[in-house]
Amino acid sequence: MTASRFPIEAGHIMMFARAIGDFNPVYHDADRARESAVGGIIAPPTFVQASAQYDPDYPLRPQPGVPWFGSGSTPSGRAPSTGAGASPPGTGPGHSGGTGLHAEQHYEFHRPVRAGEVLTLTQRPGKSWEKQGRRGGLLHFRETIIEYRGEDGELAVTARGVGVRTEQTVKDLR
Amino acid sequence: MTLNVSDLGVGVSHSAMVVENLTRTQIVQYAGASGDYNPLHTDEVFATQVAGYPSVFAHGMLTMGLTGKMLTDYVGDGRLTRFGGRFNSQVWPGDTLTATATVTAVRAESEVTVVDFDVVTENQSCAAVFSGTATAAFTRTNVLSQIKNL
Repeated sequence: MTASRFPIEAGHIMMFARAIGDFNPVYHDADRARESAVGGIIAPPTFVQASAQYDPDYPLRPQPGVPWFGSGSTPSGRAPSTGAGASPPGTGPGHSGGTGLHAEQHYEFHRPVRAGEVLTLTQRPGKSWEKQGRRGGLLHFRETIIEYRGEDGELAVTARGVGVRTEQTVKDLR
Repeated sequence: MTLNVSDLGVGVSHSAMVVENLTRTQIVQYAGASGDYNPLHTDEVFATQVAGYPSVFAHGMLTMGLTGKMLTDYVGDGRLTRFGGRFNSQVWPGDTLTATATVTAVRAESEVTVVDFDVVTENQSCAAVFSGTATAAFTRTNVLSQIKNL
């Protein structure tokens, strides 16, 4: 994710909270949220993941004029790869090639994220390592750290994600 | 009910069912809200015929979001200071998930009482799909506070 600016909008929080089945009024009801201990609409803890919406080049969203790898008139919009281990590129967070999946996610919340503010993102790579999979394939792990800062420049959320890329189908590893 | 945070001793746990019979539509709803439209989650034709999975499956972050609902309902809004974990195995349409937080430590610091939790979310077969930890901070003024669902 390389969005640099993430406007926190109340409608977006409402839709995200609905998607995780969370009907807590602090996520959708401005009046009740104002009267609550947090004093206004806040975002659910994992909401910052939705900053992908503001990444202009996010690979897991169809773009006009760019072939999409999901199905249309054919099962994949891209030429199918061959061989048991082949999967289309771009199937995981921030990876190209192989089968990529989200392995871990860790958040530090320095304060609640509030509707109406704009967060600024900075992303940096963390550690990377390899591990032998249970069924023999080599697993490549890569960590990405994203800092979300408020308009005062202070940290609001620190996110550390770990993606794993495999050289064979993920179902063989699970 | 009103709970003194000192009642949150090591070993105390809280569980909640966070989704029952997960639908493909809810997975698509999460794709739309989060912005992650990966066809592995949204496109049964692609997931089965191209990627070789038995069906689409949920975003790991949907499982983590559902787990977070259990946590924030339990500790209260705006109190989580850490939440993280590992996606242990895939979540499929039809799954029913139950998330559990168990107190592992309670620390009285200068202005806050900090409570650490182990967190695990299991499917209907009692297999862990997400496991990790969380921390909540209760300030002096809300140590005697509403903790929901206890």
